[in-house]
Amino acid sequence: MLVLEKNAMTEEIEQLVEKYGRSRSSLLPILQDIQRRHRYIPDFAQQEVARLLDIHPVEVFSVVSFYSFLNTQPKGRNIVRLCQTITCDMAGKAAVAKALERELGIKFGETTKDNKFTLEYVNCLGMCDQGPAVLINERVYPKVTPEKAVQILSEVK
Amino acid sequence: MEKNKRKGAVLFSEYKRGDGIKNAIKKSREDILFEIRESKLKGRGGAGFPTATKWMMVAAANSEEKYIICNADEGEPGTFKDRVLLLEYPELVFDGMVIAAFVIGAKKGIIYLRGEYEYMKKSLEDYLDTMKKDNLLGNDILGKKGFNFEIAIRMGSGAYVCGEETALIESLEGNRGEARNRPPFPVTTGYLGHPTTVNNVETLATIPHIVTKGVEWFKKHGTDKSTGSKLFSVSGDCEKPGVYELPWGTKISELLDLVGAKNTKAVQVGGASGTCIPKSQFERTLAYEDAATGGSIIIFNENRDMLHVLKNYMEFFVEESCGQCTPCRIGNVKLLEGVKMIEKGDYTFSYINQLKNLGRSMQVASKCGLGQSSPNSFISILENFKEEIFNGNGGHNGK
Repeated sequence: MLVLEKNAMTEEIEQLVEKYGRSRSSLLPILQDIQRRHRYIPDFAQQEVARLLDIHPVEVFSVVSFYSFLNTQPKGRNIVRLCQTITCDMAGKAAVAKALERELGIKFGETTKDNKFTLEYVNCLGMCDQGPAVLINERVYPKVTPEKAVQILSEVK
Repeated sequence: MEKNKRKGAVLFSEYKRGDGIKNAIKKSREDILFEIRESKLKGRGGAGFPTATKWMMVAAANSEEKYIICNADEGEPGTFKDRVLLLEYPELVFDGMVIAAFVIGAKKGIIYLRGEYEYMKKSLEDYLDTMKKDNLLGNDILGKKGFNFEIAIRMGSGAYVCGEETALIESLEGNRGEARNRPPFPVTTGYLGHPTTVNNVETLATIPHIVTKGVEWFKKHGTDKSTGSKLFSVSGDCEKPGVYELPWGTKISELLDLVGAKNTKAVQVGGASGTCIPKSQFERTLAYEDAATGGSIIIFNENRDMLHVLKNYMEFFVEESCGQCTPCRIGNVKLLEGVKMIEKGDYTFSYINQLKNLGRSMQVASKCGLGQSSPNSFISILENFKEEIFNGNGGHNGK
């Protein structure tokens, strides 16, 4: 990370700490905001959060590594998550998965070279009556077919 | 996303926003507690703990600071009733929270919304703003002196185990979502060490109805031990999946007729951590005293491979186990290994029996509900579908 980037990150985290309060219970909301903006939580950000909340960086890392929606490694600008739980599985998850992999030219768990998409599986999205379901960033798409999946991808910036 | 268009007798019956709160503040706290105890309302998340008992303990606790937490970390496979309640009936959930706050004396409420439901956050925040404008939240609510209450929305980040109440509290406090040892229970030592009641979305949504329409009306629905009605999230092989409100005591066969399920082989009651019920037991009733459930109903027709279903469940538990206690962390991995051995035909019955015993050990030795219930489907599917899995056509015997 460049010094300028580091300074910007520190400033950003200072603002977040001010917004949510300097207490341990603010940790998750702060991390979630960093994740939302940068699509991952860099090591430096974790150290700064720890410093400003006055806890050990290991504590921050332990929390980041626990939650599946918080990442320590850079991801694509858009995270595409396909529900792998049983009802979506029965409704045709496998065909959608293949279509997504073919279209993006990557496997699940990978990121496209242009950093536009990361493809992941996710557990139950709570859309079991309208499966298979796909979550792209914060938006959920019900009843996805292989054809529709490809169309959705083309709509995402 | 499709909307729920169905009506129901209790939860989906007519209700005007704020009515429950208006009725509640006219009564004394003790009267409401008494009403809820009389109604025999039990927790709708699945565990079935009497709501009144929980509230009484928090109400009786001697503390300046108390919390009411709404558990909207709906992660059980096959459950989506909270999604419908929060999107289409937020007035029930939040009025329920305000009434709970009034009864137990909480000034702050938190709704813990699962990370996957981030798309609802904006509409819920807007709804809370209108409540504040109408004085259903804030200071001196509806003119009741000294009744101050506010609700904050907190997001989860994709951890199934945080639906367990102590793990949820850990997560709110900024820690890994690992279940706590109990006792002490959250009712005495909860969020930040203060007395806390954690209630399911559906439990809270039932409260305004009981307070406005009375205990006798509520008890007309359901059975003697399981009063009222329940939202069932129906998915899988049927013509009309979705959320259904049915009285407790409905037979599984009746529900299957209602949703247009044909050639049904099995019904998973209670999600991946529930039990898999075969055709021979379809006359069982959905109630706390028989087939208890948090509302998840997954239907499998005759073409489904039950071993594949079981493998899907076990993969889910291996991923979602938080890893702090050994029975759950290692046990689930071993059970999944067993399923894969059966799939390959590379197994001995003595080892499978050992794994079933391991499952029974997990049920007693795990620290929280995840590990205690994850072997349920392993045991029930291997027992109830042994013909299909170990012999028969399409079986995995030696294949």
